[in-house]
Amino acid sequence: MKRAAFSQPLMPVALLMPQLIIIAVFFYWPAWEAIYSSFFLQDPFGFGSNYVGADNYTRLAKSSEYGKVAGFTLFFTVVVTFLSLGIALLLAVKADKVIRGAKTYRTLLMWVYAVAPPVAGFLGGLLFDQNIGPITDLFAFFGYNLQIGLNYNDTAFAMIVVSVWKQIPVNFIFLLSGLQSIPVAVREAALIDNKSGTRRFWDITFPLLAPTAFFLLIINITYALFDTFGVIDIMVKGNPASNPITLVYKVYTDGFRGNDLGGSSAQSVVLMVLVLLLTVMQFRMLERRIHYT
Amino acid sequence: MTKITRNKKPIRLNDIVDHAILILGGLLMLFPVYLAFTTTSHDNITLSREGLQFGFGDQMGHNFYAAMFEKGGFSEQIDGTTMLMNSLILGIGFAVGKIVLSMAAAYAIVYFRLRFATFAFWVIFTTILLPLEVRILPSYEVVTGLGMANTYGGLIVPLLASATGTFFFRQFFLSVPEELVEAARIDGAGPGKFFIDILVPLSRTMIAAIFIIMFVYGWNQYLWPTLITTDEGLFTLVRGIKQITQSIYEGNQIPEYGQAWALAIIAMLPPVVIVIFFQSWFVKGLVESEK
Repeated sequence: MKRAAFSQPLMPVALLMPQLIIIAVFFYWPAWEAIYSSFFLQDPFGFGSNYVGADNYTRLAKSSEYGKVAGFTLFFTVVVTFLSLGIALLLAVKADKVIRGAKTYRTLLMWVYAVAPPVAGFLGGLLFDQNIGPITDLFAFFGYNLQIGLNYNDTAFAMIVVSVWKQIPVNFIFLLSGLQSIPVAVREAALIDNKSGTRRFWDITFPLLAPTAFFLLIINITYALFDTFGVIDIMVKGNPASNPITLVYKVYTDGFRGNDLGGSSAQSVVLMVLVLLLTVMQFRMLERRIHYT
Repeated sequence: MTKITRNKKPIRLNDIVDHAILILGGLLMLFPVYLAFTTTSHDNITLSREGLQFGFGDQMGHNFYAAMFEKGGFSEQIDGTTMLMNSLILGIGFAVGKIVLSMAAAYAIVYFRLRFATFAFWVIFTTILLPLEVRILPSYEVVTGLGMANTYGGLIVPLLASATGTFFFRQFFLSVPEELVEAARIDGAGPGKFFIDILVPLSRTMIAAIFIIMFVYGWNQYLWPTLITTDEGLFTLVRGIKQITQSIYEGNQIPEYGQAWALAIIAMLPPVVIVIFFQSWFVKGLVESEK
């Protein structure tokens, strides 16, 4: 609040109301609903529901299928985050260094930000297509028969490639802006102290970039967990049973295709707790970051 | 940095490597989209016989025309033009809604003496914690229960239930010098006049940046539109991608690849063009808003 604030009593209430009402109806109500129905089991024929306590949760914990999906989600998240951050870091460092064509490179490397995940999934799905995909042809040339949509591992591979492709630009934008905010004086001092570019990077640049990188780590985990839904939904081609899927995708299939409202809600709550933990981590780090700069 | 290292020698091996890596990165980004354009320029028979095409053919006009104006889908009622309209309504509606709601809320929180301001801030701020994907099923039930399924309202309004914009404008308003509001009050300007005559003009760049980010975000929505619009007349282009994919993989005739790729290109072009065109605003908005 500003010191010289206005003191009309009604106006701020009127200003806040639209936002508060929308949040109450479309955020708090559904969130509460998810928690509430995670303790009930729906009748499969739609005749009401019974309170079952924590049964939905124990069912999840025991389900080998849920374990498999959780395992894939973990693997997928780690690989996508690591690869897209790594490639983006390399590109950002180079883009920060060159003088000629710097603007062109920046544009070339960031525009994919605006491509929707399902569109990326569509492009990827056809590049890896069994009949017409050039990447499949390339693999066939080396004697490997790539079967997207049929072979679990092949589909996982294609999903990772597409998801990484889609995520490089965001990381690139933030890392480049992080690099460019390193003061010239610091760079020059480092240059005098140390001739080796590699050493300079690991001793000076990387630690200064660490807050950005940590923040991006959270962004990437969130991306891999939630925003890749479109990529996955397009690439499993309507056949999620035999293909790799993530936890969010399972919330969707169980809830909408399997009509298992209780189980799906319990999964939602598990994800909510996961996101809460991530956010808390992010805030702890943000506080730390203030001391940094 | 390079300014210092680079001495009289015009080109060094290091520079070549740097440029090579960047060019490779750029090509990696461009390749799928280049292929989309070349493939759209061929007819379906060639495509299903010979696979995706690396050179340009002469069918691009035909495929784009078919994608935009030929009716398709299960109900045979939806064409690219309708989907484009719906995408624009979703993108612009979401961006405008977001800006209006969040500027109003942020103004109330920052510039008024309000007893429950902190409480309101936290109520709004908590929404950052849980993305729509996590509470998708109950959201669907709530919106359907309100009779908002298959309406533009049901498509746009639930997406507005998040704090990102409010948080951003709050930060920005807090950085506006205190003297401005003091001077305005001495001159006898009320809160309405101060907002419209001083704060909005000051926020112009910020509003533009947020508009671009939110437009792209709204345009690219997929999961929510997939659930809440079953009426094909309300399909957006991104939502339509699912339909296209199904018709390619599940149809039994020669798949209409050319047309499908044309639609995918139309689905990605507007946000891409906007992001490239307003690059500096967009990057500024993105980097600042995520802080």
